[in-house]
Amino acid sequence: MSKRFVCIWFRYLKADWMVRKHPELKNIPFVFTAPDHGRIKIINANIIAESEGIIPGMVLADAKVIISSLLHFEDDPERNEKLIKGLGEWMIRFTPIIAIDLPDGLILDATGCAHLWGGEQNYLYQIKKKLNDFGYHIKIAIADTIGAAWAAVHFGNNNSIIIKSGNQFNDLALLPPAALRIDLIITERLEKLGLRKIQSFINMPRASLQRRFGKMLLKRIDQALGNEEEFIIPLHPVEQFYERLPCLEPIITATGIEIALKRLLELLCGRLKNEEQGVRKLLFKCFRIDGKIEIIAIGTNRPTINIKHLFKLFEEKINLIEPAFGIELFVLEAPVVEDYSATQEKLWQNNNGLDNIAINEFIDRIESKFGKGLIYRYLPADHYWPERSFKRAVSINEDFQNKWKNEKIRPVHLLQQPQLIEVTAPVPDYPPMNFRYKGKLHKIIKADGPERIEQEWWLQEGQHRDYYYVEDDEGKRYWLFRSGHYDVNKTYQWFIHGFFA
Amino acid sequence: MSETKADIINRLQKEILSLQDFKSAILPSSIDHALGQIKNAFPNKIFPLGAIHEFIYNNPNEAAATTGFVSVIMAAMMQSNGIAVWICAKRTIFPPALKQFGIEPDKIIFIELKKEIQMLWALEEALKCEGLCAVIGEINALSFNHSRRLQLAVEQSKVTGFILRNQIQHLNTTACVARWRISSLKSDIKNNFPGVGFPKWNIELLKVRNGKPGIWQVECIAGRLHDLIKSVPDFNELQLKTG
Repeated sequence: MSKRFVCIWFRYLKADWMVRKHPELKNIPFVFTAPDHGRIKIINANIIAESEGIIPGMVLADAKVIISSLLHFEDDPERNEKLIKGLGEWMIRFTPIIAIDLPDGLILDATGCAHLWGGEQNYLYQIKKKLNDFGYHIKIAIADTIGAAWAAVHFGNNNSIIIKSGNQFNDLALLPPAALRIDLIITERLEKLGLRKIQSFINMPRASLQRRFGKMLLKRIDQALGNEEEFIIPLHPVEQFYERLPCLEPIITATGIEIALKRLLELLCGRLKNEEQGVRKLLFKCFRIDGKIEIIAIGTNRPTINIKHLFKLFEEKINLIEPAFGIELFVLEAPVVEDYSATQEKLWQNNNGLDNIAINEFIDRIESKFGKGLIYRYLPADHYWPERSFKRAVSINEDFQNKWKNEKIRPVHLLQQPQLIEVTAPVPDYPPMNFRYKGKLHKIIKADGPERIEQEWWLQEGQHRDYYYVEDDEGKRYWLFRSGHYDVNKTYQWFIHGFFA
Repeated sequence: MSETKADIINRLQKEILSLQDFKSAILPSSIDHALGQIKNAFPNKIFPLGAIHEFIYNNPNEAAATTGFVSVIMAAMMQSNGIAVWICAKRTIFPPALKQFGIEPDKIIFIELKKEIQMLWALEEALKCEGLCAVIGEINALSFNHSRRLQLAVEQSKVTGFILRNQIQHLNTTACVARWRISSLKSDIKNNFPGVGFPKWNIELLKVRNGKPGIWQVECIAGRLHDLIKSVPDFNELQLKTG
């Protein structure tokens, strides 16, 4: 199937946008200006000013002679790109592949799209009508090549042009050479030689054309005629796994959104199943009538195509979607997918370990409801220092090589920070006789220790710790330590660090 | 004739128990082995799995003893690569210490949530998740309705839940199958040797559905409970105490 491209030219992009923002300007001539070599020059004019003969490039003072009440605004050179990008994003309802053509055009890859609107004529009509409703004056054309469509838009006589498949040569022939998107210098050179129409040089020998006008001209001719393919850079890279659902009537209710989501999930998961892929991340985009896009996203810990589970994850977030006046297009994208086969699923279903599907789905639900960073798993670390003897697992099913140490008894509850206590200790290196913690005096009856744990100087500086496992007269068991050596100047301190079972 | 009557009563009792969801013959043997005499308190002399157990404590020492006791039960449940979920506001557990009770600490998934309402939601979801073998929740306020919801969740999934409640003001009625209080006792060491002995606990089973509450004093040696003395408490007195 041959490709079809649509070019749209926003003839008065900035002026139309200005009117959209300030409707009172609709019937008033105004221009955008910028200083240039000490003069104020006109960059853009609106349609009324232009009909009076004010054209871009004119000096403002000259224009004021024509219309004395001419309004003028300072030009913002970055405005165009912003506007055209915004329009491009909005146009995604007509085709997934859209490129911007600075300063004021859009290129749409409409291959296989027009029939959804009942033919090219209606397709162009719909685009034009929507944009006209916004207040934009546009020229639009559809052709087999970008070059031909662009030429027709910028130099054609009509506002809406359909160039039939394979017919681009005839349509190009009567246009001036500038329609080929070539440098001004080459255009001028062609003009000077009297080649004012494309037809007057298009059949000349290629070798002589190249010698006189450079490679660029030949390339542009080939691109316009379709002998050489031209690539566009889409505004949004098209996801491989992607489903869309346009709606006849705008959707406002949560039930409607749920139905749309379910249908898209069925389509997408069906496709993924055939290609043995599973979802790790999903984006659900809702395009509103007023041009805004509402997006909700979910992630999973294992690749999955379980529709019920994915729907449950989204369910928590559907109330975040603000439909306003209604949603006319739903898009479901899977930006991250991983290899996954349905036979694998059976293997994990009855598995007890961390790969169990039910557990992973439970974790996904917690993460999507309360956010990430709340779920921890701990792995052994090769350190004796208690705070460093375990570490957080990076992922929920991370594997590890080292083993949990089990040679010394450890308290089941560890204080986040060791807390200072007052103790009475009889002899150096003996366990204390009693200690005061939170205002209560505990008499120590039994004790084990000391167990010296040294600082790892390559990680942290400070005193070593001498740990004692003690039991008081009520049978309560504690983990105490003295930080540093016992000495006369009392530079050491005692701490409580944990509770034994 | 009298024999047949006893048989009938026995059979009917078992039927009632099964209707009340005391099937629980999943893998109790290892737990009952670890529990020692305590199992006699339960109907059919089997520790009820697929149910919610409630533990109450008032200070960090009791909390540590409770963790120890729960760990002994969990270790038996998690033997075949089982996974447990621990829901709390802030983790106080020292993971390497669980190893001494026979638990692989990396098999526990900790979920830290700030609000009780979030914890209850997560707890219910976890109890519905059939892949897990145990769920522990450190939740202080548990209303009767909430406990009922949790009980309904485990009846479907057969997951066992342990609810640890710290410093509760008034002890309300819950739908949990059992209520426990564990506190630490002075350890024993023979011949006045220096050092601290094996952990020793006072285990109070305050309430148990269809079973006999009781008090036991046990020593935990290598992840197994050894009974010391068994005192049979006055049943009525205990009922009055717990309400």
